[in-house]
Amino acid sequence: MRIAVEQLTKRFGTVWANNRLTIEFAAGQIHGVLGENGAGKSTLMKVLSGYLRPDEGRILFDGKPCQLRGPGDALAAGVGMVHQEPLDIPAFTVLENLLCAAPPGVFRSWRAAQRALEELAERLGFAVDPAARLDQLTIGQRQQVEIMRLLLCGAQVLILDEPTTGITAAQTRALFTALRQIAAEGRTVLFVSHKLEEVAELCHTVTVLRNGEVVPPGQLVMPQPQEYLLTLMFGDAGTTPPVYRPLPSIDSPPVWELRQVTVRSGTLHLLDLNHRFAAGRIIGLAGLDGSGQQVLLRLLAGQLTPDRGQILVNGRDLSGAGAIAFREAGIEYLPADRLRDGLIGALSLAEHFALLQRTGVIVDRRTAEELARQAIAEYQIKATPLTPIAALSGGNQQRAMLALVPPTARGILAEQPTRGLDVASARAIWSRLQARRDAGCCIVFASPDLDEIMEYSDEVIVCFAGRIGPSIPRALLSAGRLAELIGGVGFEALVEAV
Amino acid sequence: MDQLWIDIAAILAVAAPLVIAAMGETLSERAGVINLSLDGTMLLAAMTGFAVALNTQNLILGFAAAALVGALVAAILGVFSLTLGQSQTAVGFVLALLCTDLSSFLGAPFVRLPGPAVPFMPIPGLADLPVFGQILFRHDPVIYASFLLVPATAYLLYGTRLGLIVRALGERPAAVYARGIDVTRWRYAMLILGGALVGIAGAAFSLDLKQGWSYRHTFGSGWIVLAIVIFGGWRPLRVALGCYLFAALEIVATRSQSTLPGIPSQIIQVAPFVLMILVLALVNLASSPTVARWIATLPSVLQRPLLVVVYRLRATAPAALGQPFERP
Repeated sequence: MRIAVEQLTKRFGTVWANNRLTIEFAAGQIHGVLGENGAGKSTLMKVLSGYLRPDEGRILFDGKPCQLRGPGDALAAGVGMVHQEPLDIPAFTVLENLLCAAPPGVFRSWRAAQRALEELAERLGFAVDPAARLDQLTIGQRQQVEIMRLLLCGAQVLILDEPTTGITAAQTRALFTALRQIAAEGRTVLFVSHKLEEVAELCHTVTVLRNGEVVPPGQLVMPQPQEYLLTLMFGDAGTTPPVYRPLPSIDSPPVWELRQVTVRSGTLHLLDLNHRFAAGRIIGLAGLDGSGQQVLLRLLAGQLTPDRGQILVNGRDLSGAGAIAFREAGIEYLPADRLRDGLIGALSLAEHFALLQRTGVIVDRRTAEELARQAIAEYQIKATPLTPIAALSGGNQQRAMLALVPPTARGILAEQPTRGLDVASARAIWSRLQARRDAGCCIVFASPDLDEIMEYSDEVIVCFAGRIGPSIPRALLSAGRLAELIGGVGFEALVEAV
Repeated sequence: MDQLWIDIAAILAVAAPLVIAAMGETLSERAGVINLSLDGTMLLAAMTGFAVALNTQNLILGFAAAALVGALVAAILGVFSLTLGQSQTAVGFVLALLCTDLSSFLGAPFVRLPGPAVPFMPIPGLADLPVFGQILFRHDPVIYASFLLVPATAYLLYGTRLGLIVRALGERPAAVYARGIDVTRWRYAMLILGGALVGIAGAAFSLDLKQGWSYRHTFGSGWIVLAIVIFGGWRPLRVALGCYLFAALEIVATRSQSTLPGIPSQIIQVAPFVLMILVLALVNLASSPTVARWIATLPSVLQRPLLVVVYRLRATAPAALGQPFERP
């Protein structure tokens, strides 16, 4: 189905989220929609899938104007949206979820539904157990289930919002294969992303949004040079590479020292860790998801107690002392799930600073707000001291979390510090982290993104299947070698060489 | 032995209003709405049902009036919580108090009047079966209805597509909305259906099991029903089992009044409530992290069967229970 918008405008207060957009997406193709956070991608997709009503302009399906009163109308008209977190019912089985409120007449019986599901899974190359409960599946698998549900319910246009966030590389490959198949069958796929490589690999056309407008007006046929797309997305800010500075040599004791540490978490068992984490370094933890990076970070944060061995923080033995003692020793942990483990959504930045006040009974609002105002200026957070954190975008939440790290911190542990951020926000975060490093902090971060590891680390530690490799100076490592090590190639030799 | 069958039959009979109310509450809560007014609604419906049946000499009209009262209170809760987005707990609690006092105030003229009652109706043929006939088929229509209501509720929730929608409403209304269903309208429907059942449960007291009307006629059983629904894990069969357990405790307590005359009657009246909460809490303790840690220290031969038991006993609330739904 061909899908088009004409002169589409959507305002939120004074912000023009979509400003007179006119685009057409042809059937049988995969269309990339690029743009930084807040460029108006999500608004456009919500309008197309019936969640928002446009203030002005029209939506056309196969040339016919269409009024959408809700997502149900959109699906009845043939438009299905796969949200970043799939909108399924976690307590249901795959089959129950498929049948729940399915359009009348689509499935005649449970068995017919199961057959249809298995047939489609086979065609798209997905492996799915119809009896599995959705809350036992990974985000990637739930996304597959959601794609199949929408197709079986009659979607001719499939909108995917940042579908590769939080799924494994293998799942990404399976997803791309399936999307190509879906497009080859004559359906339209809209692929919303800020990952240029993925758009380049997958999409037939690309539409770039900036500040609610299409730049340049109309679609571009892929391939396009990456630098050109970056300029379209960010103006000139996106293309300046970060400045690389040589390391200062600092002669202070290591921030962390692990002596013969053995620690266990879930099925992972890290044995005999002997590492030194020096001050003034950024140390990247590379590895496939769940290879031990998170366990190591939590160990360094004091959230896990070692079974054996010693952890020295700034030369003091803190083995088994607990996370509070680690914080008092100047260790800060920035979790990946910002709103679950890091920040409190309903509280404002000022209130977060107030939470850090340790003296007095009454909240010192003036000081807290002053601190928040300073942080906002210094970290360029788009918020007021009194905006609830949950109302901020991901990039601004990450900046807020970083701003809350006290200047006295000696070690910062960051789990996927740029997860879900666009390129400009990610660079802003990294320039802050680098400033902290230059001030003598030791920063340990984990990231699934090899480019990020290569670009920002001073030293790299590879984790493979629950084993932690020795730290390798970044200068001695090539991207190809790092990719091999993550896959386990030559990992054994590396460990033995030390 | 005969005495045991008679006792079991009595338990099934005494539990009938609890079962009906509990099924109604289960349906509402599965759709994500807590009807905390349950105890008050039952009292008001019991009083209204009795008054209508007394004045019209028509039992069907009495039950219909009770159902209507239950539906009406539920609708009021719906207007405040679903339409106006106020806290279900607060509104429900106020309604519970209001309905209780209204029932005492409006019901004053009917206190201790003799009135109509649901007639005993053994099922011909089946009633003469050994044991089963005595336990299951020598009751009145209200009790038969309570028997049928449990599998019917379970089938509705787990066997039908409507049930899928109802459960999804309580788990993730945003997903139901994305599928083109009007969340608020369906929550109203389930809330009102549940409310009508709670109303009928009230009439089952005043027109059947505790015939007549008096101050606080249901003796707080509405509150125990709320607890049973929670500890029963919102699953109809387990919830019904909880109701029968409570009824059994009540009967044991009544018996002990004559065998243990030394104990004050107030203690005996309250004992089933305390025992019930203890039993339910113990059952739910099984799924606590402490028990999980304890199981992990046992030899692995024992771990597996224990984990299966714990998994079976686990009761997870509908994820969106009590949460308002805002159209995105």
